Amino acid sequence: MAFTDQDIQVMDSIIKRYQRSRSAIMPLLHYVQSRDGFITNEGIELIANKLDLATAEVSAVSTFYTQYKRKPVGEYHVGVCTNTLCAVMGGDAIFAGLKDHLGLENDGVTEDGKVSLEHIECNAACDYAPVVMANWEFYDNQTVQSAKDLVDAMREGNPPAPTRGPNSLPTWKENSAVLAGLSDGRAAEGVQAGEASLLGLKLSKNQDGAK
Amino acid sequence: MTTLTPVLSAHWDEKDSFTMAGYKRHDGYKAAEKALKMEPDAVIQLIKDSGLRGRGGAGFPTGMKWGFIPQGDNKDHYLVVNADESEPGTCKDMPLLLANPHVLVEGMIIASYAIRAKYAFVYVRGEVTHVVRRVQQAIQDAYAAGYLGKNIFGSGVDLELVLHVGAGAYICGEETALLDSLEGFRGQPRLRPPFPAIAGLYARPTVVNNVESISSVPSIINRGAEWFSSMGTEKSKGMTIYSLSGHVTNPGQIEAPLGITLRELLDLAGGVREGHQLKFWTPGGSSTPIFTAAQLDTPLDYEGVAAAGSMLGTKALQIFDETTCVVRAVLRWSEFYKHESCGKCTPCREGTYWLVQILRDLENGKGSEADLAKLLDLCENILGRAFCALGDGATSPITSSIKHFRDEYIAHFTHGGCPFDPYASTLFASAKAGA
Repeated sequence: MAFTDQDIQVMDSIIKRYQRSRSAIMPLLHYVQSRDGFITNEGIELIANKLDLATAEVSAVSTFYTQYKRKPVGEYHVGVCTNTLCAVMGGDAIFAGLKDHLGLENDGVTEDGKVSLEHIECNAACDYAPVVMANWEFYDNQTVQSAKDLVDAMREGNPPAPTRGPNSLPTWKENSAVLAGLSDGRAAEGVQAGEASLLGLKLSKNQDGAK
Repeated sequence: MTTLTPVLSAHWDEKDSFTMAGYKRHDGYKAAEKALKMEPDAVIQLIKDSGLRGRGGAGFPTGMKWGFIPQGDNKDHYLVVNADESEPGTCKDMPLLLANPHVLVEGMIIASYAIRAKYAFVYVRGEVTHVVRRVQQAIQDAYAAGYLGKNIFGSGVDLELVLHVGAGAYICGEETALLDSLEGFRGQPRLRPPFPAIAGLYARPTVVNNVESISSVPSIINRGAEWFSSMGTEKSKGMTIYSLSGHVTNPGQIEAPLGITLRELLDLAGGVREGHQLKFWTPGGSSTPIFTAAQLDTPLDYEGVAAAGSMLGTKALQIFDETTCVVRAVLRWSEFYKHESCGKCTPCREGTYWLVQILRDLENGKGSEADLAKLLDLCENILGRAFCALGDGATSPITSSIKHFRDEYIAHFTHGGCPFDPYASTLFASAKAGA
């Protein structure tokens, strides 16, 4: 996709956050994904041009980080945690179930372009295992069935809200803009904490009550 | 029974805990105001006196780290907060930032003032969009309130705070790799020395601290070093967040004084899931050697866990019961290290590759006892020879699991495959049994 003047202005504002322009590579790559859905050659060239770098230098950075995609992903990108703890608690079964249900392998995209599937590493939500991420929003305590229902709803265009996240699930491109540091005004949506996060606080209040 | 000490998590049950109003209701930003009226060196001394140690894994004294920054050198100084929480099992910083991002912002103001930094960065991992929103909003609100920017709190001090979002690389949790990443390069570790305190971000003096460490600072300023050091054990002071996950009745975050035991924490959390027994656990993430029921009464502080042969790490207590195949668990962690190895050094890049090959064969019943010796030999050649702690960490689950469960490895090749039913260890299996 061709980048507009408005895109260039946004990119300039991202570069201005830093004392040294090269530090802006990562947010600029997230921004390219918010426009194109993945890291396009046009995006690489534009970043190289803006930061006065060779395209090879920008490509070298983009290929190091797994969140930068080299081909299009779905409107909803689903990541199933299969690191040890989630895998044992059911993540392996969920990933196998989704592959079968969607007819996809790891890194595959459905033909309608709605859903892509990836197994991911630990996403810092182990007390909510097994965890599924969609566009990098938390779907806690999943089962094989709940994960299948989730991707079905995505394909129908009405996915449920994340467990700890905004009131509705943003698209891949929308969330890529947030990762580029551009506010979508949705920080106040959703819970402040899930049940498991409050375990110790509740136990402490019980201890106080028992005194 | 140890009395729990919710400080960081004290108000997480209030719906607006993440907002400026919610934070200010509980003395929010009073500590920054107070600190900015002190001499910067007095702030460093106070943190030294409190005994606060790094909560990101290594346990280095926070005040001492701040004290390493050369002063009067006419160079820019930087504070960088490591919010790249990615160590398997670790899940404390993300709920903290979701529920109370302002305590981190306030801690960063105080720390920046102490080390005379005019620029501060928070590096948040990229796979947690809502956490990014909350941190960004908190920063925005702090600017609007005059707590960040020019002449903060009317003190004449300036501070710019920039949110930087990662893109999925475990290695960026290693502080020098994080700095390379923040400079716009592939996130690969740097040779030390020079340490970041001398040549960190942009080759300038830099402090890199964990989210929980910096978030502990406002309470120390408000309530004093003595209050903080009255909690915990002789050399491990204060409160900290323990994360219980896996085969436990009630998984979650428990903030307690350092030195509490897993037995106590498990009692509080309703024990191992009903009808099952503890088999093995990690004290501080997958890079810390595993423990068994024999270490249930080990004090979970820096010294106690080290004396028992592991590391406190991130206090990520991953609990596995007797339905879990230890070879499967270790194989999966090894696949993780192989995937996340940055490729810079040979022992880690090649070593993790071979570890996975051998473990896969073992899990599938195609190994022999000679393979166990080969695994241990590989580990010996990685540990201490890798460029950074990722390589060392990759060996921990393997060497510790062979030590505790050698017979189970052997059972895989006498049995001709994995003798465990993976379904039995899922959460669904326990839900069905409970129904």
